[in-house]
Amino acid sequence: MNEEEIKTIVVQQLRQIAPEIDVSQIDFAIDLREQVDFDSMDILNLVVAIHEATGVEIPEADYPQMVSLDGCIRYLRSRLK
Amino acid sequence: MAEFRMPSLGADMEAGTVIQWLIKPGDAVKRGDIIAVVDTEKADIEVEVFEAGVIESIVVPEGRKVPVGEVLALLQTEGAPVARAQPQVTAPPKIAPPAPSPPPSPRVEMPPRVEMPPRVEMPPKKPSIPAAHRPRVSPLAMRVALDLGMNLSTVKGTGPDGAITKADVERAAKVAAAPPAVTPPAPPAPAVEATKLARTARPAAGLEERQAAMRRVIASAMARSKREVPHYYLGTHIDMSRAMTWLQTENLKRPVTERLLYSVLLLKAVAMAIHQFPEMNGFWSDGAFKPSIAVHLGVAISLRGGGLIAPALHDVDKKTLSEIMANLRDLVNRVRAGVLRSSEIADATITVTSLGEQGVETVYGVIYAPQVALIGFGNLAERPWAANGMVGARPVIAATLSADHRVSDGHRGGRFLATLDRLLQEPEKL
Repeated sequence: MNEEEIKTIVVQQLRQIAPEIDVSQIDFAIDLREQVDFDSMDILNLVVAIHEATGVEIPEADYPQMVSLDGCIRYLRSRLK
Repeated sequence: MAEFRMPSLGADMEAGTVIQWLIKPGDAVKRGDIIAVVDTEKADIEVEVFEAGVIESIVVPEGRKVPVGEVLALLQTEGAPVARAQPQVTAPPKIAPPAPSPPPSPRVEMPPRVEMPPRVEMPPKKPSIPAAHRPRVSPLAMRVALDLGMNLSTVKGTGPDGAITKADVERAAKVAAAPPAVTPPAPPAPAVEATKLARTARPAAGLEERQAAMRRVIASAMARSKREVPHYYLGTHIDMSRAMTWLQTENLKRPVTERLLYSVLLLKAVAMAIHQFPEMNGFWSDGAFKPSIAVHLGVAISLRGGGLIAPALHDVDKKTLSEIMANLRDLVNRVRAGVLRSSEIADATITVTSLGEQGVETVYGVIYAPQVALIGFGNLAERPWAANGMVGARPVIAATLSADHRVSDGHRGGRFLATLDRLLQEPEKL
């Protein structure tokens, strides 16, 4: 899976769990908790959605890496090699 | 004949708008079926019916705003004409009068009902609204369609089972908006752009008006609470190291879809502590405290556009952590989507507010009258903690209690918080 495909999957999952968010306005590098007021439930939903879309196991200890879109993409890239 | 009235969905509600009927005359309904979606200015609420029967007629059409208590529809009940003779007091909570107190919880205080004859003898004209047969339009999509002035029959659904979603409405709106020359000559854009365009195309007044309405509702409820309820406030710090260690170990055993958030431990501990302090759980009405046996925790959930709603998680004291987690996830998702059920919005017996990890250390909440207490949790963070003559860093959370001094005193309130602390030191027993 290449970078673009991973990005597409991550963006799809974000839109699915938070359809009210305008993804075009999101800065991929910034923590979603600061940017769009995500709470721990939103982050968990994102992690679950990404897990279900990709099959990648994401232990709880890695959640802190999943708080920005860039973080999610980086994490998946390292796991999908 | 029974009357289905505009329910009181929270002490702060005076009127509501039927935005969608999910039934039509002739449909058979059973208790608990969702038959209408009502806009209360805070959220779109799926309203349940509390009597079985057949819909006789719809009195209030979609789109009309009526006060609490107004007859919305008539229902032919199976028990036949006795319904009319029932005095108001024994009526189920669907016809809650517009009194300041919320309707009693339907679960615990429903008057006993005569067993109905089995349905087989009267084949229903139509099955009674199983979820799969409900009109496949999400209330959020309905709202967007109303805001945009869209006709939903022209919208193609792409959601589960062909359901029309908000994105479908917005996509259709963009297509509809394309022909006129006034539309900016945007290049055919990917879906992301369509959403954005549709959003900016939406009349801004609708959204602003809605937010202003929510502010008014919150203002009215909070001002009333501060005017009428003599609050007292207590706070303590709770060492969460045992709870967090237990949680980490527990979550290692669970697949990602089953993992727990620490807030679930807090909710269960609050519900268990309430058992020993019934004076924190219930309502102040008619100059006296009415305790509640059921423990329905109102969970304050903030909306990303501003404002908040505190729908109820039912019977938290009787549920496992996994069940509470599943309920909480479902509730948060539906709050964010703007879809709640009437029983959830009306019958919380005590409220819990948590400002989350990004928040501040301490929250001193305003009681959601006629409830008599509110538990607040600040952010969970590593803080210096002295124990056994040593200072170390531990995960610590500040718990506060705002309580009604007409019902309880600081001494009991303090013991309540101490009990909460003790329960959180034994997470395996939660």
